[in-house]
Amino acid sequence: MESVVARAGLWLVALLVAIVMFANAADSGFAIHMAIFALAALVGLGLSLRNTNYKTASVFGVVADQGKYDDDLIRFGVILTTFWGVVGFLVGLVIALQLAFPVLNLGLEWTTFGRLRPLHTSAVIFAFGGTALISTSFYIVQRTCRARLALPGLAKFVFWGYQLFIVLAATGYVLGITQSKEYAEPEWYVDLWLTLVWVAYLAVFVGTIMKRTEPHIYVANWFFLSFIITVAMLHLVNNVNLPVSIFGSKSYPLWAGVQGALVQWWYGHNAVGFFLTAGFLAMMYYFVPKQVERPIYSYRLSIVHFWGLIFLYIWAGPHHLHYTALPDWAQTLGMVFSVMLWMPSWGGMINGLMTLNGAWDKVRTDPVIRMMVMSIAFYGMSTFEGPMMSIKSVNSLSHYTDWTIGHVHSGALGWNGMITFSAIYFLAPRLWGRERMYSLRMINWHFWLATLGIVFYASSMWVAGIMQGLMWREYGADGYLVNSFAETVAALFPMYVLRAFGGVLYLTGGAIMAYNVWQTIAGRLRVEPPMRQAAYDPAVDRPLVATPAE
Amino acid sequence: MSNKRIDEPTGIETVGHEWDGIEELNNPLPRWWVISFWLCIAFSIGYVVVYPAIPMGSKASEGLFGWSSRGQLAAETSAAEAARKPVLDAIAATPVEQIANDPKLLAQAKAGGAAAFKQNCAQCHGSGGKSMPGNGYPNLTDTDWLWGGTVKDIELTLVNGIRSPDHADTRTSMMPSFGKDGILTGAQVNDVVSHVLSLSGKGPANAAGAALFTANCVACHGPDGKGLRQFGAPNLTDQVWLYGGDRAQVVASVTKAHAGVMPGWSGKLDPATIKMLAVYVHSLGGGEDFTEAATNPPANGTGNAQP
Repeated sequence: MESVVARAGLWLVALLVAIVMFANAADSGFAIHMAIFALAALVGLGLSLRNTNYKTASVFGVVADQGKYDDDLIRFGVILTTFWGVVGFLVGLVIALQLAFPVLNLGLEWTTFGRLRPLHTSAVIFAFGGTALISTSFYIVQRTCRARLALPGLAKFVFWGYQLFIVLAATGYVLGITQSKEYAEPEWYVDLWLTLVWVAYLAVFVGTIMKRTEPHIYVANWFFLSFIITVAMLHLVNNVNLPVSIFGSKSYPLWAGVQGALVQWWYGHNAVGFFLTAGFLAMMYYFVPKQVERPIYSYRLSIVHFWGLIFLYIWAGPHHLHYTALPDWAQTLGMVFSVMLWMPSWGGMINGLMTLNGAWDKVRTDPVIRMMVMSIAFYGMSTFEGPMMSIKSVNSLSHYTDWTIGHVHSGALGWNGMITFSAIYFLAPRLWGRERMYSLRMINWHFWLATLGIVFYASSMWVAGIMQGLMWREYGADGYLVNSFAETVAALFPMYVLRAFGGVLYLTGGAIMAYNVWQTIAGRLRVEPPMRQAAYDPAVDRPLVATPAE
Repeated sequence: MSNKRIDEPTGIETVGHEWDGIEELNNPLPRWWVISFWLCIAFSIGYVVVYPAIPMGSKASEGLFGWSSRGQLAAETSAAEAARKPVLDAIAATPVEQIANDPKLLAQAKAGGAAAFKQNCAQCHGSGGKSMPGNGYPNLTDTDWLWGGTVKDIELTLVNGIRSPDHADTRTSMMPSFGKDGILTGAQVNDVVSHVLSLSGKGPANAAGAALFTANCVACHGPDGKGLRQFGAPNLTDQVWLYGGDRAQVVASVTKAHAGVMPGWSGKLDPATIKMLAVYVHSLGGGEDFTEAATNPPANGTGNAQP
């Protein structure tokens, strides 16, 4: 009972704070955000008064069985991951089309490229990817520790608090609230909220590991733990901001000039390293061996590549600032740490792919495994491309061009997207107790649409980026620049259209997945021929009878 | 761990751990992987020795060859400047109207002018110099020149600008805002616009407008409306309209004059670059022949010398 009072009291305080902030708001965006926050606090208050026993009652009204894993949040996670994925891909397609056809900016401040672009990046990285990471980490840590989630009430706060963060971030971008740091756009009060959520996440995750009944901690949990701890550190250091007013959305960073740039790209690169690499490697280390039913290829490799990755990644950020005001020595170190990172990254690829040893035939018949293999292949490709692009002479051509965008998307669409899709296809039937996904053939369609989409995206951006870089540095025989900037932009147009076409394919795949997941949850099974059938031709299935000569 | 077993398909022993059915094989690190990792590390150590890398108090190690990105930029810039110097010197020493006499110099001037145009001029005049019709920036490829289209005229315009506030010798003229300043009533503005439109065959003649035109406009635009270059007054009888030629746009221009500004470039670009720009713009299609009889003052006047 005390805990209910304490919990409800905390929500009440949060509600009152939000109302005071709303009433004194210095700008309309801040007022809208405080209204959203007050609404969320009201919902939290209502729920904590209604569900007086958090330990046993689930949101679905079913009394939790202590002999079963705590999977309610993960069910929501599968649904929301799918939802955010489709939303993120859609916004991505819109901004790809805006680059090709600027009239699609619509002349409205809320729909300009500048505001929709962070909406897209945050929707795919933090909403789609982050929800997938939180959900799968809760799923995996329970199973590999053979223990129910520690602190189930706090776990609910983590999950829904993170969704509130997404809503605040997304609405903020459209309203024009941003601290203008790439992948760290949300303003100070949203940062504070995420800090609370993230500390709670760490507590739930570590608590579950501490109550494990397995003697050892599985490799997936090392990666999840490194992801949670490092993201906390990155988030705190990169968002040391002083608000202009406690009642307004604007703030200014403590770090200025080149120090600010270095901190930002230390953050930005390790968001890639620990959010999009370490976190998703954890997913790979669980779902790949589960789906192919084979042991992990090498325990030793997993140890060495884990520590190699963790130690080297954190120093690689300065390669984002080659040929800038950053001192040369820092650029050099950023580059060499990126080069040394190549093999530790590939350790994960080897461990993922070689886990299929003894089961490669399943790639032919299981579209989920096919998706996993493609995902790991793209992981390997982008973790080779990254160190290569960090080399200064390569970077002098590739920097500021669309090659970077292509590189990011071969990683994001190929590696992060595909491994998340296969995790969703793994989880959905198990979480809702279905025999299989509604349709395996739709998974196959999704696989091919996504793969083709990435091929169009990445190859058009390679061509665009290298062309851009070469045009920028092209000098005529008389020693003068040949191209104006506008001419390089005009030359990109066909590549931008091809990129948008790739986006259409990828979005279509995502929509098919959403339909497939929906039908699976609804309990339907599509009547369809199996993925593989041996050939049978009744016409030749008869004995040969000799025909008399004419 | 006692539950180690030999994995049947691969023949490799497991480590003996198991989580939710997941086991791990005891494969060694792949040899090619270990070698590649060491090679990357060796490359990195070598790179750190050769290039500036180790921070030491107030400055960092300088590397074997003393390379720095600023030094590289300075070296490449001075090499490019040295390569261009003979041409730029030749252009600087040649009066702009005589560049065309040397075909090689002319080609080099056009190339340099084209590059400078893309950097400095394309933002307003468009990357081909055609501008956008009616947006107030003149099309540089046609034969309709406000202030003159010989290469010397163009150079003078480039050096001093048009209504450029920080250039004493800038080209300047002010058409009054006839409507806004109450010189003409709204009805009178409409009449005079009818007359102006009739000059280019866009409407019927208007006697009241013709009278107003004679009283107010001929001083600059000339009695026939063909414009006068010494005032930069445009020809009103052709189809070229700097601020648009439909009735509403002309009414707007008469009501509130535009007085567009082009910066003078003498403080920003060196005289040779300005000459090259003049030659390039002159070559775009509408350049007029320069004759010694032209009365324009010399462009290389005082105050324009660049270090």
